Amino acid sequence: MASLDRFRNLCIIAHIDHGKSTLADRMLELCGAVDPRDMRAQYLDSMDIERERGITIKLQSVRLDYRDHVLHLIDTPGHVDFGYEVSRSLAACEGAILLVDAAQGIEAQTLANCYLALENNLEIVAALNKIDLPAADPDRYAAEIEKVLGIPANEILRVSAKTGEGVSELLDAVVERIPAPEGDPDATLQGLIFDSHFDQYRGVVSSVRIMNGTLRTGERVKFVQAGSVYSAEEIGVRRPDPTPIASLGAGEVGYLIAGIKDVGEARSGETITTPVHPAPALEGYLEPKPMVFCGLYPIDGDEFTSLREALDKLRLNDSSYTFQPESSGALGFGFRCGFLGLLHMEIVRERLEREFNLSLIATAPSVQYVVHKENGDIITIDNPSELPTSTEVSLVEEPFLRATILTPTAYTGTLMELCQARRGEMIKIEYLSPERMELVYELPLAEVVTDFFDQMKSRTQGYASLDYEPAGYRSSELVKVDILLNAVPVDAFSMIVHKDKAYNYGLRMTEKLKELIPRQLFDVPIQAAIGGRIIARETVKAKRKDVLAKCYGGDISRKNKLLEKQKAGKKRMKNIGRVEVPQEAFVSALRLDD
Amino acid sequence: MSAPVESTDFGVYVHIPFCSRRCDYCAFATWTDRDHLIGEYVDAVCLELDRSVSSGELVSATSVFFGGGTPSLIPGELLVRILDRIPLAPDAEVTVECNPDTVTAELAAIYFAGGVNRVSFGVQSMVPHVLTALGRTHDPASVARAVGFARNAGFLKLNLDLIYGGAGETLDDWCETLDAVIALRPTHVSAYALTIEPGTPLASDPARHPDDDDQADKYLAAEERLRNAGLLNYEISNWAVPGDECRHNELYWAQGDYLGFGCAAHSHRQGRRWWNVRTPDRYIETVAAGESTEASFELLDPEHRHVEGLRLALRTNVGVPSDALSDEDRELLDPLLEEAGGRLRLTVDGRLLANEVAVRLR
Ligand SMILES: Nc1nc2c(ncn2[C@@H]2O[C@H](COP(=O)(O)OP(=O)(O)OP(=O)(O)O)[C@@H](O)[C@H]2O)c(=O)[nH]1
Ligand SMILES: C[S@@+](CC[C@H](N)C(=O)[O-])C[C@H]1O[C@@H](n2cnc3c(N)ncnc32)[C@H](O)[C@@H]1O
Ligand code: SF4
Ligand SMILES: [Mg+2]
Repeated sequence: MASLDRFRNLCIIAHIDHGKSTLADRMLELCGAVDPRDMRAQYLDSMDIERERGITIKLQSVRLDYRDHVLHLIDTPGHVDFGYEVSRSLAACEGAILLVDAAQGIEAQTLANCYLALENNLEIVAALNKIDLPAADPDRYAAEIEKVLGIPANEILRVSAKTGEGVSELLDAVVERIPAPEGDPDATLQGLIFDSHFDQYRGVVSSVRIMNGTLRTGERVKFVQAGSVYSAEEIGVRRPDPTPIASLGAGEVGYLIAGIKDVGEARSGETITTPVHPAPALEGYLEPKPMVFCGLYPIDGDEFTSLREALDKLRLNDSSYTFQPESSGALGFGFRCGFLGLLHMEIVRERLEREFNLSLIATAPSVQYVVHKENGDIITIDNPSELPTSTEVSLVEEPFLRATILTPTAYTGTLMELCQARRGEMIKIEYLSPERMELVYELPLAEVVTDFFDQMKSRTQGYASLDYEPAGYRSSELVKVDILLNAVPVDAFSMIVHKDKAYNYGLRMTEKLKELIPRQLFDVPIQAAIGGRIIARETVKAKRKDVLAKCYGGDISRKNKLLEKQKAGKKRMKNIGRVEVPQEAFVSALRLDD
Repeated sequence: MSAPVESTDFGVYVHIPFCSRRCDYCAFATWTDRDHLIGEYVDAVCLELDRSVSSGELVSATSVFFGGGTPSLIPGELLVRILDRIPLAPDAEVTVECNPDTVTAELAAIYFAGGVNRVSFGVQSMVPHVLTALGRTHDPASVARAVGFARNAGFLKLNLDLIYGGAGETLDDWCETLDAVIALRPTHVSAYALTIEPGTPLASDPARHPDDDDQADKYLAAEERLRNAGLLNYEISNWAVPGDECRHNELYWAQGDYLGFGCAAHSHRQGRRWWNVRTPDRYIETVAAGESTEASFELLDPEHRHVEGLRLALRTNVGVPSDALSDEDRELLDPLLEEAGGRLRLTVDGRLLANEVAVRLR
């Protein structure tokens, strides 16, 4: 049997924007995988949303022929919200290229992802990227990596993913240092599904790493956790175009299509084996816990079922979000969804809209609270409108994060100020290197969910970076601010905030809504209230004029069309306390920025 | 008008698509650089009229309206030549829209002698800076002069068109306009809230866009002053000495039949609406070629026609049947409506919010 020596399975990990996907481009070229005419920057970022935003969201695997070796390369995302993609990639690899921007040095996800790779016993090949930049200082950052991560400076490669300099040396180092996979191609089939997506025509398409045995086209395959058996309709490798092959042996990475139409099957973390004498299940993945929640509602109430289907299908490709039906007096029927972060929330929403042709309203992001009631009950809520009245509540706990911020020393002061303003408690402050500081704070997640990240970036000209992990619950002085429209509370706008920030939220929301709600036939009061106490108030004055000045013979039909349009517009409005609220008002009022 | 009558009236509209200068707010089918076509155009209109008469389509009209554009820009004889082609019912109302600038004693005399019995002047404002802001050419003094010429020529029915809400117009400016207009003792006043029509110079200049509250105040001022002067409102934007309402416009609002001649003119008969080719050049060509001047048409199904009829009637003092609104909507719209004799009519506040009522009619 061909030995596994030829194979190398690796992923590229780094902080966001340090050049992983661009490095993958050079590797694709060097290995002749993409016709030069078809080449484009960040070739593996294939989703529109990735290309528009210039970031990687999904892991992408590709098989490359390099000299006598076959490389299975996985490009991973760098943003903290997509850390689960990195974890899943690691499980399919024996090594990782840790890429570090030679003009930035170590940043928060450099550390986080490196530690993750070490926990998975991966061989790390470190490389400084962007050495073509005038601001690059590879010597300095090689020393930093050595000091912080213990990787000898002389083992750190230097590349430019832009010019291609040093990339073949890097591949040589990969072949040399990363061990070949182990496994027995003749043993019972045992493979790990590390990613899946739903294809409209083919059904579920899974990325799989074979640990032992051989997966052959046409053979029966058992999915251990699901307990189901399908036949392997098509097996292939991505080069990067999907290319069918007859079989995938131990140590190899490829894809499997088994004609599965049920999106509940063949999920990431699933083990595949043979139906007779099956191998035991591999260690699957620990699904991450969502941290940020919001309600997603179809703008058109009739699309509720389509939204449910879309959520089911997309979850196959991104199992890190959760969803549960809920209803809102203002928005109708929708789902309360949990995400790993704000960007994740934004991306999932956008993908649902694009890939499934939906128009959605997202409510304000919230975290999960633990409420201790006077009667001794303890409940968990992730929708502010579920908070019982203050007399029933004895205590509310909110989730905290342990946030690690890496920053050039010059910005330490401003960052401490920011963390304090966000109710943070300092845990640690330490020099990583002479120029770089590590700050560790425990912060309420709710404070980070708002604009913490943007504030951090703008206060440090983008130089600081943030990584975080859950750090349990703590009781806080929290209140629920309700927004009332014509004296009727609008659940979609309710928010749980710290008592010191309640007034501010009330003021901002009422002011915003005043601009967004069109004038009605009567004065419309917009109030913010805590319990029964009004903390802010605005009024949308009754409209006085809404009439077409003139209607003569030549334009009766035109004027009628204008009225029809106005009438259709009314249909699209939600009626709350007799107030007609346009959908756009919800969308804009609940938008996170401004 | 008190109860809805199936109108037996029949109207004729003649479009005169020439102006000396385009006003900044105007989106009408009119041209400032085609005066050389006037002769041919009038010939074409006459030919189309003749054909329509001989085909039996054009029967005696109870009202004729020369609109524009600026009908008073073409020589009076030419206008009368057109009018001569049109069979008239006894007591027919014959209106010509005039720009005060272009009215002379001679023109007024020619019109009157030729059978015109109502003139409508595009006054818009009596305050110079407001006129400038609207992009109008005439000065207020020419309005009084034109009214004088018309009276001397024998005209009894006189309409003045006004626009309120132009840039820089204060409530005082508007009241000054109203007082000056009332002093001229018109039998009819049309006062329009300045409307931003897409594609006009005003549309692309947000600084000159009117404010709804300001226009509402001005509307109420107009209602008060005109009523005190004996001019009663009978359609949202129209006031008249009782008996001097514009019969031609009433025909439109009662969904009556009318034929339009000239470019861009609209016609309606029994639920079929059609309109002519838009430019004078095209119009002259098609008439000369003996082809149909119809550019396009629209058929109203009975449901559509019913709702449209309600919407039009709502704008007038005819009002709509009480059951044209659901009970729920009636309640919501209560301050905007008054009920009498099984019909709902708009109150003064209601006239300002007529769209809100119109979109709920059923
Ligand atoms: N000058 C220079 N620019 C580079 C180099 N490598 C990447 N870039 C640029 O850095 C930016 C980010 O590159 P990507 O390849 O998208 O980074 P990434 O690490 O894949 O980013 P995420 O996937 O979002 O984490 C792009 O604008 C690249 O053109 C390099 O070697 N030199
Ligand atoms: C058919 S127009 C043309 C009459 C004539 N050419 C004139 O302007 O004097 C009749 C009237 O409509 C009104 N009008 C035209 N455009 C308007 C607009 N954009 N907003 C409000 N009223 C308008 C003016 O009062 C005008 O006198
Ligand atoms: S004079 Fe009348 S038709 Fe001519 S441009 Fe002005 S408003 Fe329009
Ligand atoms: Mg990338």
